Amino acid sequence: MKKEWPLWEVFVRSKNGLEHRHFGSLHAADAEMAMANARDVYTRRNEGVSIWVVESKHIVASNPENNGELFEPAKDKAYRHPTFYDLPDDVKHM
Amino acid sequence: MNSSLYKYILGVADNCLILGQRLGELCGHGPNLETDIACTNISLDLFGQVRSYYQYAAKVAGDNRTEDDIAMLRPEREYVNVLLVEQPNTDFAFTIVRQFLFDVYHYLFLNELQKSKDETLHAIARKSSKEVSYHLRFSSDWIKRLGDGTEESHNKMQNAFNELWKYTDELFHLTDADLDMISQGIAVDTRGLKGEYYSIITEVIEEAKLKTPDLKYFQKGGKLGVHTEHFGYLLSELQYMQRAYPKMQW
Repeated sequence: MKKEWPLWEVFVRSKNGLEHRHFGSLHAADAEMAMANARDVYTRRNEGVSIWVVESKHIVASNPENNGELFEPAKDKAYRHPTFYDLPDDVKHM
Repeated sequence: MNSSLYKYILGVADNCLILGQRLGELCGHGPNLETDIACTNISLDLFGQVRSYYQYAAKVAGDNRTEDDIAMLRPEREYVNVLLVEQPNTDFAFTIVRQFLFDVYHYLFLNELQKSKDETLHAIARKSSKEVSYHLRFSSDWIKRLGDGTEESHNKMQNAFNELWKYTDELFHLTDADLDMISQGIAVDTRGLKGEYYSIITEVIEEAKLKTPDLKYFQKGGKLGVHTEHFGYLLSELQYMQRAYPKMQW
């Protein structure tokens, strides 16, 4: 009898000019309800100016089992960071 | 003191206080986490509005009472909310139908109150009307979902409409204080809202595949302080702390 509504992920932009950030998730029967619920659950303390919701099943996530091949090779590639340049003294804020 | 104005403010404010209290009862008991928060958000919107009204009423009364005294320390017969808002949260259908029947009225009412010659009422109405637009959107949405949902949800919604319908007419009754304030351009003549009220409601009811109840006899009394049997219980819970521990603060 008890059927759960599908899960949705909520992204909120807290100020114009900033990007949407993942705020959390919630249950809702459809997109319209997800939007209403997101407004009530995540922006009730004036947290946002824009909301995105997406059903969680549409998010493709990397598999933690593949972390070795996905991420470890990047660990010892310090030369991929642009830290090997001598900056002229006149260049500030870098 | 301007006693008509004082009474008029209470007539407007008490609806918000009592409906807010009813919705607040759902805190932690809503059908699910999301709806629970939505209902308590609406409750807090109403309590916010009611504070502005009672602060103004306290000023008008000018007898050293505060907004809290007005909210918490009146006896039952001095509360002048309509009977609709004190009806219990029998189930979610009752909660949402009660909300919807009040929201439509509240929305139309605040639009008109923004034309009031009284600057404070005008300002409170302007601030509150955005909140109430959202309340109306929320409750209409649920009316349509559940009315046009499963057979069980449809029946529960129809039952709630049938039971609560008899409390709608009172929204448009006017007390002597109301009439006095209307003549001064301060109050809303709610008689003028009645047609639009029922037409908006009928439209949503039809979209929700429900039937508009056909009723000839309506209940009244709240606006004169004569309440239904549910009200004493609501009030004793609302007032308990102030009665048991007078002047307690937290």
